[in-house]
Amino acid sequence: MAQYTLTTPLTSKDTKKLKAGDTVLLNGTLFTARDAAHKRLVALIEKGEELPFDLEGSVIYFVGPTPPKPGDPIGSAGPTTSYRMDSFSPTMLKNGSKGMIGKGKRDQAVKDACVDYDGIYFGATGGAGALLGKQITSAEVIAYPELGPEAVRKITVKDFPVTVINDTYGNDLYQMGRKQYEVKD
Amino acid sequence: MREIEFNDIVKAVRDIIVHCGTDLPQDTYDALKEAMENEKSPVSKEVIRQILENADIAKDEKRPLCQDTGLAVFFVKVGEDVKVKGGLLKDAINKGTEQGYTDAYLRASTCEPFSRANLKDTVGYNLPAIIHFDIVAGDKIDIEYAAKGGGSENVSRARVFPPAAGKAGIINYVKEVISDAGGNPCPPITVGVGIGGTFEKACISSKHALFRDIGSVNEDEEMAEMEKEILEEINKLGIGAMGMGGTKTALAVHIESNPCHIASLPVSVNVQCHSSRHTHITI
Repeated sequence: MAQYTLTTPLTSKDTKKLKAGDTVLLNGTLFTARDAAHKRLVALIEKGEELPFDLEGSVIYFVGPTPPKPGDPIGSAGPTTSYRMDSFSPTMLKNGSKGMIGKGKRDQAVKDACVDYDGIYFGATGGAGALLGKQITSAEVIAYPELGPEAVRKITVKDFPVTVINDTYGNDLYQMGRKQYEVKD
Repeated sequence: MREIEFNDIVKAVRDIIVHCGTDLPQDTYDALKEAMENEKSPVSKEVIRQILENADIAKDEKRPLCQDTGLAVFFVKVGEDVKVKGGLLKDAINKGTEQGYTDAYLRASTCEPFSRANLKDTVGYNLPAIIHFDIVAGDKIDIEYAAKGGGSENVSRARVFPPAAGKAGIINYVKEVISDAGGNPCPPITVGVGIGGTFEKACISSKHALFRDIGSVNEDEEMAEMEKEILEEINKLGIGAMGMGGTKTALAVHIESNPCHIASLPVSVNVQCHSSRHTHITI
């Protein structure tokens, strides 16, 4: 299992070298969105309207942070459970997005979309919100402020630690890891 | 009749919420440390190391342990010889909840079920709290508190079995629930199992079971044995920390058992993520 440091936006060249189980330190810009924001973003794509940010090479972080303390760019910011975005993610990947960061398993359609459009599903450590929040150096709400913690934010990260769960070859770390350690009576 | 000031309860509740938001309880910290030492998968070991580092950062810098700072859940035992002066006990707990969540920069996570509108500006910041009351003898108020996150709540389930299902049926059911959940509830988890009673009694018991300190032994010997057996079975699933594969899927299984109807065997499984933020005070 290899270790990489990558800077966004990601290209197919970046994503194709990654394999399930690899660890990556991400740098650059990420966009935050949970289900409520995804619903709106996908509706814009379907209507052919302009999105609040450029999807090409983008990495979407599934997170609803806590409010920042005075002087901090953001509060605690760990990943939320990803399956709630399953119905939206293939459309995002088809339209240029190259990565997602969350926690928990994805459905087959998302895994297939990762193969078809050179996308990666990264896992970050759930419940490590204080640690992950510290790797975010700036944050700005760029759309849907009325959604509160679920608004779309443009955030800058430095050495943000993630693990490749689903790669562009159809591999799934959750299935591989579990198979390795499962004890059958 | 002992009188307790409304504002004293507000302050006590506010303080435990602030504390639990950033300080992982010692029982949880110790259990995670032990899990890290014994975990066989290097990937899961690293995940638990990050979880512990996160707990250290949160405590030192007073940052929320997790962005999901939960719904505030309380089990409150009210002594029959206590009177709250200046307001209702329920209002005091809700006011303390709102103050704690606001003062510690915790997230407001309550919303309308369908519009999903956040309730912070209407009902109150992260209100209403979920409160279970009980009346007991004495002149004290006993408050158990936990911040309950959504990810682990979402995989929880309940079912009423026919009595013939027995212990084996329950063990299989718990295993099935945890197996289906995979990494979603943020393992290493604690599993609360409520057995018996009625449908809702089993559910409430499974929730209350999660308030017990990890590492404590069930007073009922038979249940203590069953807890051990289920824990072993769960850790054979191979799910591991955050579902990455490993030998430490659960830190503990806690069972609360109740007498039930001759026709039924209700069972509820309530799951708690690794960030088991819970505490207990007596006023």
